[in-house]
Amino acid sequence: MFEADPYSTISSNGGSSVFSAVIPAIEFQDVCISYDDNVILDHIDLKVGRGDCKIILGRSGGGKSTIIRLILGLLKPDSGRILVDGEDITDYSEPEMMLVRQKIGMVFQEGALFDSISVYENVAYRLREQHRTEDEIESEVMRMLEFVDLTDAVDKMPIELSGGMRRRVGIARALIGDPTIVLFDEPTAGLDPPTARTICELAIKLRDLQSVSSIFVTHEMNNVTNLSSEYATVNEKGEVVFEKEGENLCLINTEVLMLRNGSIIFNGTDEKLRMSSDPYVTRFIRGERSN
Amino acid sequence: MRRPSTGAAVAALVAGNSRFIVTLTEANACRSARRLMDPITRFLSELQEVSLLIWRSFTSLFSRPRYVSETVKQMDLIGVGSLPIVLLTGFFTGGVLVLQVYPTLQYYGIQNEAGNSVATSLIRELGPVLSALMVSGRIGAAISAELGAMVVSQQIDAMRALGTDPVRKLVVPRLVALILMLPLLTVAADIMGLIGGGVVAYGMYDQDYNVFINSVRGGISTSDLVSGLIKPLFFGLIIGSVACHKGLTTTGGTVGVGRSTTDAVVIASIWVIIFDFFLSKAMQYLFDLGQL
Repeated sequence: MFEADPYSTISSNGGSSVFSAVIPAIEFQDVCISYDDNVILDHIDLKVGRGDCKIILGRSGGGKSTIIRLILGLLKPDSGRILVDGEDITDYSEPEMMLVRQKIGMVFQEGALFDSISVYENVAYRLREQHRTEDEIESEVMRMLEFVDLTDAVDKMPIELSGGMRRRVGIARALIGDPTIVLFDEPTAGLDPPTARTICELAIKLRDLQSVSSIFVTHEMNNVTNLSSEYATVNEKGEVVFEKEGENLCLINTEVLMLRNGSIIFNGTDEKLRMSSDPYVTRFIRGERSN
Repeated sequence: MRRPSTGAAVAALVAGNSRFIVTLTEANACRSARRLMDPITRFLSELQEVSLLIWRSFTSLFSRPRYVSETVKQMDLIGVGSLPIVLLTGFFTGGVLVLQVYPTLQYYGIQNEAGNSVATSLIRELGPVLSALMVSGRIGAAISAELGAMVVSQQIDAMRALGTDPVRKLVVPRLVALILMLPLLTVAADIMGLIGGGVVAYGMYDQDYNVFINSVRGGISTSDLVSGLIKPLFFGLIIGSVACHKGLTTTGGTVGVGRSTTDAVVIASIWVIIFDFFLSKAMQYLFDLGQL
């Protein structure tokens, strides 16, 4: 998974053909969007391979979340094309986008849980909309809550949960129905480091054990370190363990894309990011204020 | 190419236009542009948005998915939940009408027509309008605040991301519930108003019950009843569409929710009163009302 072909995982994971395996899960072709006179995204090109994770890094208000909203069809670009699983969704109508959204999971910044229904119902929401049977819904919900380690909170209301728990329920809700693409919109913002790490571990498990393609929007370097230097594997006891990449094993399914004022100023591995000579990138990594 | 203006963007959303689909919240990111519009353009822009929201809700009725259980839940919240305040309003309005009108009628020696006077004014005007204003205050505010809070906490976006159309799931059940329940609440208010009038006539002016009841029966015609039931249908549509629109276009966090709620109640109440005038005129034309 981590050695040669970044797209190899999908083939071994039941991809329909070699051809479909090399089609990027998400592709932006020269995408631009602006509000009035403010350019939000300026000629953006990006690709996320199947089973890959793309970390989008940048300051607040830099257009990171706009990328995610474009993928979901919550916004439409002024120009350029957006492809999801090779399907050009740029001009899709709302009903057509509803079908595309079924294969995409979205984790919102504050969780965006539905306040009026319980954790169970929040996670079950997508399956209820698809009119699945109650048995099927229950087993899937419990499986997802187990994945995020929140089976105890199944009957709680969102208001009773801590910030970290809300994000984890948000992740469980996004993952139900086994989407092939998951979008994380600053899921660790405002969380303490251990809880933020838990969220990153969930993203790593999705990437490495379930070959889910993902975009992880963040402005925190800790997340970049966690996501791009560790991988998940299953030990002899069947437990999921996290290991650091080393000399023999280098993660190539995770890349960093950095935005500045709507333009891409860096796209590559975390090692290259840290070695970048760009003054803006350097200052950002150090946490210094830049103009 | 630049983003469309706020009005066009929201209009595009509610119309399901594929080219400019944006969320209502995103569209309101351009609210600064709207502030620069002159009042007439702003009014027309909002009118267009509300009209398109109504149209999209109407067309949603004819295709799946339909949220019947959500509609029933809203009918319970709107109908049963509003019953106490509507009954109280009706009772005391009927009572105060007799209290004010009876001495004047007595002066002219036609105090036996007190029931007629109360029934006519309650069933034609006060019942529908006061019920609508009470429901506007209670339900319009609740709908706007609920949807506004959902917008600012990204729950509407989450709903769309999970493949649900917020207009079908949230707007249609509320509109249908309001349109169906407001006429029933109006009937309840009318009945309580007549009871209130009867109690005051008997308790304060010693008028015999039978005299009051006979006067009421003489004052109500089928046209009055029909017109009194048609008006609340329109008022329900006005309250629901304005409240849903204001809620879904909320911006500015919790402060914005408060602003949307106030706007929803004020605008819906004003439109109810304005529409009442034109509906009354239309009823007069259609049913030859106003002729004693």
